[in-house]
Amino acid sequence: MVGNTIHWFRKGLRLHDNPSLKESIRGADTLRCVYILDPWFAGSSNVGISRWRFLLQCLEDLDTSLRKLNSRLFVIRGQPTDVFPRLFQEWQTSQLSYEYDSEPFGKERDAAIQKLASEAGVEVTVKVSHTLYDLDKIIELNGGQSPLTYKRFQALISHMDAVESPAEIITAEVMRKCATPISDDHDDKFAVPSLEELGFETEGLATAVWPGGETEALTRLERHLERKAWVANFERPRMNANSLLASPTGLSPYLRFGCLSCRLFYFKLTDLYRKVKKNSSPPLSLYGQLLWREFFYTTATNNPRFDKMEGNPVCVQIPWDRNPEALAKWAEGRTGFPWIDAIMTQLRQEGWIHHLARHAVACFLTRGDLWISWEEGMKVFEELLLDADWSVNAGSWMWLSCSSFFQQFFHCYCPVGFGRRTDPNGDYIRRYLPILKAFPAKYIFDPWNAPESVQKAAKCVIGMHYPKPMVHHTEASRLNIQRMTQIYQQLSCYRGLGEHRAQPAETTANSLKIRLESLEESKQIPITNLIGNNIMCFFYSGRGHAAVKRSSEDLTPGGSNKAQRQTSN
Amino acid sequence: MKRVKGDEDACSSSSEGPTESCKKVRKLQPSKEKHQEEEEETDVDLCEFGFDWALLPQEILLNIFQFLPLLDRAYASQVCRGWNQAFHMPELWRCFEFELNQPASSYLKATHPELIKQIIKRHSNHLQYVSFKVDSSTESAEAACDILSQLVNCSLKTLGLISTARPSFMELPKSHFISALTVVFVNSKSLSSLKIDDTPVDDPSLKVLVANNSDTLRMLKMSSCPHVSPAGILCVADQCHGLRELALNYHLLSDELLLALSSEKHVHLEHLRIDVVSENPGQHFHTIRKSSWDAMLRHSPKFNLVMYFFLYEDEFGPFFREEVPITHLYFGRSVSKDVLGRVGVHCPRLVELVVCANGLRPLDEELIRIAKRCTQLSAIGLGECEVSCSAFVEFVKMCGRRLSQLSIMEEVLIPDHKYNLDEIHWEVSKHLGRVWFPDMMPTW
Repeated sequence: MVGNTIHWFRKGLRLHDNPSLKESIRGADTLRCVYILDPWFAGSSNVGISRWRFLLQCLEDLDTSLRKLNSRLFVIRGQPTDVFPRLFQEWQTSQLSYEYDSEPFGKERDAAIQKLASEAGVEVTVKVSHTLYDLDKIIELNGGQSPLTYKRFQALISHMDAVESPAEIITAEVMRKCATPISDDHDDKFAVPSLEELGFETEGLATAVWPGGETEALTRLERHLERKAWVANFERPRMNANSLLASPTGLSPYLRFGCLSCRLFYFKLTDLYRKVKKNSSPPLSLYGQLLWREFFYTTATNNPRFDKMEGNPVCVQIPWDRNPEALAKWAEGRTGFPWIDAIMTQLRQEGWIHHLARHAVACFLTRGDLWISWEEGMKVFEELLLDADWSVNAGSWMWLSCSSFFQQFFHCYCPVGFGRRTDPNGDYIRRYLPILKAFPAKYIFDPWNAPESVQKAAKCVIGMHYPKPMVHHTEASRLNIQRMTQIYQQLSCYRGLGEHRAQPAETTANSLKIRLESLEESKQIPITNLIGNNIMCFFYSGRGHAAVKRSSEDLTPGGSNKAQRQTSN
Repeated sequence: MKRVKGDEDACSSSSEGPTESCKKVRKLQPSKEKHQEEEEETDVDLCEFGFDWALLPQEILLNIFQFLPLLDRAYASQVCRGWNQAFHMPELWRCFEFELNQPASSYLKATHPELIKQIIKRHSNHLQYVSFKVDSSTESAEAACDILSQLVNCSLKTLGLISTARPSFMELPKSHFISALTVVFVNSKSLSSLKIDDTPVDDPSLKVLVANNSDTLRMLKMSSCPHVSPAGILCVADQCHGLRELALNYHLLSDELLLALSSEKHVHLEHLRIDVVSENPGQHFHTIRKSSWDAMLRHSPKFNLVMYFFLYEDEFGPFFREEVPITHLYFGRSVSKDVLGRVGVHCPRLVELVVCANGLRPLDEELIRIAKRCTQLSAIGLGECEVSCSAFVEFVKMCGRRLSQLSIMEEVLIPDHKYNLDEIHWEVSKHLGRVWFPDMMPTW
C-alpha cells in the first residue's frame, strides 16, 4: 500500500515546529503540501493588499524551503470542501494532516473536511501547534468555561503542565524516503500567484516594511533575542517616540500567520532569561505577548459570536451610534486629529502599529469620542492589520471599547494629549502626515489652535489643506463617560443598585445576569472590583448608602422592585 | 425567576377533567403558593376545590408576571382571557422604558410602535415611572416628544430623558421640546425625580416645573442644559425645599444657590453633582466663596459633592485654592501635578479620586499627601500617570484597608530600586488585605 499524504497549510506556514507535518511524513511514500486559496481567512473575507502580499510572501518562502527538500508547495484555488474530494481521488490519498485551528469557523470547516476524509478512507492527523497549550485543557481546568479575565487566565496557566517542546524542523533526513511527485506543469497549475494575478493594483506600492515568510521570521527571532540579551532587561520597555515605528525585531505578524512558532519563541525566551538572569524560573510577565494571544484564542474558541455584540454572551450591549460617514473619516485618517490620522495612515501603509497606538485609535472610535461600534473598528483592522486574526482582533476590540473583560472605562486616551506625551517633538506626525510637516511641535498635535500666521507659514490651513477636528473632544468624552456610566449602572441593577430604573431592559435582562454570575469566577476577584465602576458611578447609587436606597425604593413601586430585590443578594 | 412552561395545555384544555389538571399542577408547580394552609392540605383536597390554572387568583398572576420580561408577559397574555386581563392590570404598567431607535442610527431594537399606541391608549394613567431612551437621530427625539405630549392623564413620579448616543433632544426645535415637556410638568403635579440632561430645557419651563411640583421634587438632574441660567436654577432651589439630589453644570452654580440649598426650610441635601466643562481653551471660571461651601456643609454634613472636571490644564486657576467639601472627584482630561498637590491640601472629605491623565513626571509626593490628608479616601483610579513603585507602596500602606477600589493602569507604575512590577502586586496586596493586580491592557 502506497502511503500518499497531503499536508494542508492554513496558518502554521513553516517547516520548524510543525508536528502534524512531521507526523504525516513518517511512513509516507509521497508528500504533497497544499495551500487552498479561497476562502482564505476562515470567517472573514475583508482583506487588504498588505495582508495578501504578506501571505503570498509566506507561501513563496515555503515553496523555496520545500524546493530544498526536493518538494514543492501546491497552491490550489477553490473551497476546501470542493477541492479535497477531488484531490483524494486524483492523488490516491491515504492521509491528511493539518495544524489544529481553534477558531469556531475553523473548527466547523475542519469537521466538514474530516467527514469527507473518512468517507474517502483518508486518515486525518491533527496536532496543536498554533497555541502554546491545548486550549480545551485550559477550559477543562476552569470547569468547562472559558476564563473571562486575564488574571484568571494567568492563574490557570500557572497550573497547567509545561508547554510542549517544539517539534524538530523538517529536513532531508526527516523526509527520508518520502518524495513529492512534481509534474512538468507544476508552475502552471500550482504556483504561488502574484498580487496582480489576484487582481490587485500594484503600481506605486511601496516595498513591504514587514516581509512575509518563515525565513524572515526566524531571522527576526534571533535579532529579537540578541537585543534582549544585550539590554539584559526583560521588563516591558518604556514607551517613546521610536517605539511607534516598525521594528526589525517585531514578531507579531509572523506569529499570526504561523511563520514563527509561538512555542519556539517561548522556549528561546525562557533559555535566554535563564542564561542572563541566572535564574531558573521566569515570571509569567516574560511571555506577555504570547499569553495575551493565548487568552483571546481561549475565550473565543467556543463562542461563534465572539466577533459580534448581539447574541454574544460575553459582550455588554452598548447603544453604539451608526454613523458610516464618521467611520470612514476614522478609517481613512481624516479625523482632523493628527495623532489619530498619523496612526491610521501608518496602519494602512505598513500593516502594523504599536499596541498603544491601537489603544488610542480604538478608544477614539468607540468609547472615547465617536461612540461607534467596536465591530466596525474590528473590520477595519481585519482589512489592514497584519497580525490581527479573528480571535485576537475581536477580543482586543471588545477589551479596548470596554465591552467585556475590562470595564475600567474612566481611562480615556486624549487624541491630543496622549500623542504629545508620547512624541513631544511630533516626528511621528511629520513622517506619516507630510502635509503637517512644517508645523512647530507646539501646535502639531492640535493645529486648529495655531494662529493663522503659523498655519500660513506652515503652508497648511486647517479646514483647507487638512481637516478640522471632527469632534470636540472634551464634549464628546464628557457625553461618553455619561453613557458608559448609564450602561454600567444598568448592569449593576441586579445587585439592587441604580438610582433610576424603570424596568429591566428586555435585551439585556437574562444575558446580563448570566454574565454577572460568570464574571464572579474567583473569590479573589469580587464582582464589584471586576465591574469596577464604583469609581464615580455607583458610589452614590447604593452600596449601603441609606438615603439613596430610600430613593431607589421610591423610584420603583412595590411590584417591580420585588423582581430586583429577588435577584440581588 | 421560574418560567411557567406548559401552561397553554393546562389552561386551554377544557376537555380534561379536574383530576388531570391537578396532576399537571402538582408536577409543574410543586409549591408556588406559599400559603400555609395549602401546604398542609393534601393533593386530594386541592382537586376537591376544582383547582385549575384558569382560576389562579389575579394577585398571584400579578406576582408571577412581574418576574417576566415584557415580551414573555405579552406571550402569556395571549393564552386566555384571564391572563390577558392580568397583563393589563395597572400594577404592571407603573414602570416603562420607551426605547426609541432608528435602524439607520442604531443597532438596537426599538419599542414596537403598536405597543406604544396600546400603552398610551390603555395605560397612560397607570404610568408612574417613565424613561425615554433615544438614539442619535432627531426622529427618535421627536417620537419621544410625541409620546410626552400625549401623557395628559399621567401622574408621573419619575421622568427620565436619556440620549444613548449624540444628544438628539438638543437638535429639536426648542419650543417643540418645551411644550412636550411642559405637558408632563403641568399634568403630573407629583414629580419626584426628573432627569433631563442634555436637553434644551430653559428657565421658563423650570418655572412651570416648580409651580406644579415644588412639594414633591426630590431629584433633578440637568447637566449640560445650556438654556438654563443661574437665576433659573435658583428659582428651583428656592421653591423646592424637598430637593435632595441635584446635578448641573458649573456655570449654574452660584453662592446664592448654595445658600438657598442650605436655608432652614430646605431638607438636607444628599448629592450635588457638578460638571465643570470647558467650551474653549482659556475659558474663565468664576469662584465660589468658601463661606458658601461652609454653609452647605453645616446644613447637610453628610452630603456628597461630586465634581467632574473637563478642563484644559491651564484653566484650573480658580479651583482648589481653598478648602472645598468635594467627596468624589474626576479629572477627565490631563491635570497638572500642581493641581493634584492642591487637591491633597484642600479636599479633606475626599472619598473617590479618578485621574485620567497627568504627564510624565511622577506623582509621588502628591499621592502621599493625599493619603495623609484625605483620610476618607476609599477609591482611586489612575490612567496615564506615573508613580514610582516605592511611592505607590507607601501610598497604599498609608491608606490601608480603607482602599476598596484601587484601579491603576500597569503603565503607571515605574519600577525602581526597591520594587519591580512583579513584586509590587504582593506588597500592595499585603497592605490592602486582598489580592490586587494593576489593570492591564492587551499587548500583542
